[in-house]
Amino acid sequence: MEFSSQSLYAIIITAVSALVLLLVSLFHVAYLTYAERKIIARIQQRLGPNRVGPRGILQPIADVLKLIHKEDIIPSGVDRPVFAIAPLVSLVCAGTGLALIPLWQNFVLSNFNVGLLFILALSSLSAYGVILSGWASNSRYALLGGLRASAQVISYEIAMSLSLLSVVLMAGSFNLQDIVKAQLESPYKVYLIPQIIAFFIFWVSALAETNRVPFDLPEAETELVAGYFVEYSGIRFALFYLAEYFGMVVMSALAVTCFLGGYAGPFEIPGIPFFWFLIKLYFLLFIYIWIRATLPRYRYDQLMGLGWKILIPLGLVNLFMTALLKLLL
Amino acid sequence: MDPMVSLLIFAFFVLIIGASMLIANRVLALRRPKPEKLIAYECGVDPSGDARIPFHVKFYLIALIFLIFDVEIVFLYPWAVVFEELGWFGFVEILIFVLMLFGAYLYALSEGGLKWE
Repeated sequence: MEFSSQSLYAIIITAVSALVLLLVSLFHVAYLTYAERKIIARIQQRLGPNRVGPRGILQPIADVLKLIHKEDIIPSGVDRPVFAIAPLVSLVCAGTGLALIPLWQNFVLSNFNVGLLFILALSSLSAYGVILSGWASNSRYALLGGLRASAQVISYEIAMSLSLLSVVLMAGSFNLQDIVKAQLESPYKVYLIPQIIAFFIFWVSALAETNRVPFDLPEAETELVAGYFVEYSGIRFALFYLAEYFGMVVMSALAVTCFLGGYAGPFEIPGIPFFWFLIKLYFLLFIYIWIRATLPRYRYDQLMGLGWKILIPLGLVNLFMTALLKLLL
Repeated sequence: MDPMVSLLIFAFFVLIIGASMLIANRVLALRRPKPEKLIAYECGVDPSGDARIPFHVKFYLIALIFLIFDVEIVFLYPWAVVFEELGWFGFVEILIFVLMLFGAYLYALSEGGLKWE
């Protein structure tokens, strides 16, 4: 391959924008933990973190510093290489999807023609991090948590794919940028209104895929202590935490892109290009937190029943209704 | 820029962030391993026997049924993209395909494959 100075220049530009995107998203993820603690505290009539900085605003930074300084305990009897790799697998699989999301008309880091498919693939790969850590930990809680998580993730994977398929059917493309454009040309401007059932299915499966309340059985504190990462401490634990919150951000961003019209808003805001995208993203993240503060945990058989007996048939029916309506209209 | 390359660059940066946090931890944190500290956490009780206990066969069943449905969805992906060109022909074809699989789904349901006690 001819390696001209122009292609080198393009690579540098991409690398710089990738780094900026990553740092901004890390900042968001860090402050998502703060927002979560603060909002849940308010819902439960508490104050939440309020000691580090004014109103506890520096709390995430203090947390990271503390976790970096903690001893990294590797229990005897663990499968060391797998134990070490698992958090990184989780993190990379959860975080990479962000590169495919069109944040703005003129800004998408990787304008992949099968972007949606790639995000789905990454979200199923993130099950590996969970299974590997659960298996490698040599602890019963971790094993049980890992098994639950893997069964849950693969079950809701199907429902999620079906709900996104009806979006693909309407847009006729897997490219996320094209999906946003197709939405803006559709009569309602967003797919939320014609595809409300798909959005519901997507949201429920997104909660399950990211192991959030009410589907947090893999890490159910009251029965499995912490589930698959019970043996992890210090910064390795933080990596799992980071992966979970990255997953939340990616799922919300995907919902914004596929159902809420992406970067488009009712009117232009001059000077702030990402304004509408971020507003929608924050709103969905708030709903994540709100659900966590409101709902109790599902029982395991209820969880599997919901996925297999309700969401999957509903998703199939919705898909074929969408196809039929598209043919008739 | 090739989208695959930029995606890989981003994934690489995510990996670097994670790895650099691990390295910072290795440099900064104390390490004082003790035998008691290194036993698996089971709420204060000493763990007995192997932790890799046999688990319920249902997990295998779920994985098998998942495989079938996932392959079904792999066939649905290209259909959804070229749906406009295929029209009624594609609709009826894929409906027959999905109805066949739906029969398999009902069979799994009636055999109790999706039931958890």
